[in-house]
Amino acid sequence: MGEKVGIEASIAIAEAAGLANPDVIAAYPITPQTHIVEHLAEMVANGEVDAEYIPVESEHSAMSACLGASAVGARTFTATAGQGLELMHEVLYIVSSMQLPVVMAVANRALSAPINVWGDHSDLMAVRDTGWIQIVVENGQEAVDNVLCAFCIAEDHRVLLPVMIHLDGFHMTHVIEPIIIPDREEVQKFVPPNNYPLPLDPGRPVTMGGVGPPTIYPEVKKYQDVHLRSTKGVILEHWDRFARAFGRQYNPVECYRTEDAKVLIMMMGSMGETAMNAVDNLRNEGISAGLLKLRLWRPFPFEELQEAVGGADLLVVVDRAISFGGPAGPFCSEVKSALYNLEKRPKVTGFVAGLGGRDIPVVGFETMVCQGMEIAEKGGGEILETYGVRE
Amino acid sequence: MSKNKEEYTWKELEIGTIFTEPGNTAEYKTGDWRSQAPTYNFDRCIKCGVCQLYCPEGCIEQDEDGYFTANLYWCKGCGICARECPTGVITMEEETE
Repeated sequence: MGEKVGIEASIAIAEAAGLANPDVIAAYPITPQTHIVEHLAEMVANGEVDAEYIPVESEHSAMSACLGASAVGARTFTATAGQGLELMHEVLYIVSSMQLPVVMAVANRALSAPINVWGDHSDLMAVRDTGWIQIVVENGQEAVDNVLCAFCIAEDHRVLLPVMIHLDGFHMTHVIEPIIIPDREEVQKFVPPNNYPLPLDPGRPVTMGGVGPPTIYPEVKKYQDVHLRSTKGVILEHWDRFARAFGRQYNPVECYRTEDAKVLIMMMGSMGETAMNAVDNLRNEGISAGLLKLRLWRPFPFEELQEAVGGADLLVVVDRAISFGGPAGPFCSEVKSALYNLEKRPKVTGFVAGLGGRDIPVVGFETMVCQGMEIAEKGGGEILETYGVRE
Repeated sequence: MSKNKEEYTWKELEIGTIFTEPGNTAEYKTGDWRSQAPTYNFDRCIKCGVCQLYCPEGCIEQDEDGYFTANLYWCKGCGICARECPTGVITMEEETE
């Protein structure tokens, strides 16, 4: 078993990615980048990781270089954040449509203006429809574990899709936590070698990224959607395999004290850690509260969510992003859609909180639950409720 | 391609819509795009091959007698050959159905 050490989550992710023996790492190394690729650059330079490290001139080029590397069958890793992810945007769709198993850690950060590099989910929501498998983690250990799982999932021949691991910028990337870094032997046993079935190879020529006119494009997109949905079973398989090897289990929807809960609070990312304390406090006050944390963002786990909301009367959804002029926070809208056709479904109240890295304390989640209960009971409430914004 | 793009269902696509048969774009009849076709007055032709060098489609072939003509299966009718021919052999004429 690996050793538990006090380590910054970004450095730990770099260590994990390094243990998976990547062939190519391409990254733009300047703000809003994190220590993830900085530490990987050190490890490659020191000879600890035998990879080609390509420091490119922009994030658009970083993802393009990853695309090319993955197309020849190289195990490919990169990381980015916030504005950097925005600059990659065009190429993200191309990588998923071409079914190239790139693995990327994304430090979720707010988008400008005003200039803000602190943590929120604005960038995460902007890449929702890119066709990547997207896993959202809530602490450093989960990030390390899921980077290892991501290589297994992405390169699995039943999947062959890129995977993003979303972790909150600053709240996680710059925080030192106790994290178990697995041994090299353990990782090598868990992550099989990459063996892309149709790589670019002069001995067996293929054409990638061809033209898809109206006569074929809709078929390609339908296939992509059905295929992405079909990967959920394989993701669960690799999570189960990880649990057997390392003793830590991951689920598409993580439940905390939900068994008999009448009111559930739900969110993604590091907020879940704080919200657990809020749920404990609410329980002590006699409120039957529970917590749902969405781990698998794409493909969206409809069945697991529907099961998890179970007999609850109210679901309070916390968004760390805003959809200007839209029906609610973007995460809340999705949760509502996923539950809408159920015969018995809870009321849903959404809050937008913690934008641009503003802290949400334990009492914040307690307040949102109580306000949500009040709105559900008395009616009213704004289309978009916010928490912690000065009036 | 073993069959036309129009014939594939969404269940029959290769991983990442990769084309596994190299060179199949040669089957793509780009001549369908043409609205003007090159016509030739070979009396003036000096067989220099400038038209072939400039053709962006690479579809101009030399026949047994040394004259150059465009293969209309691929010729898009861009008119560059007519513009570049030093002796005015080529005239672009409207296609008729």
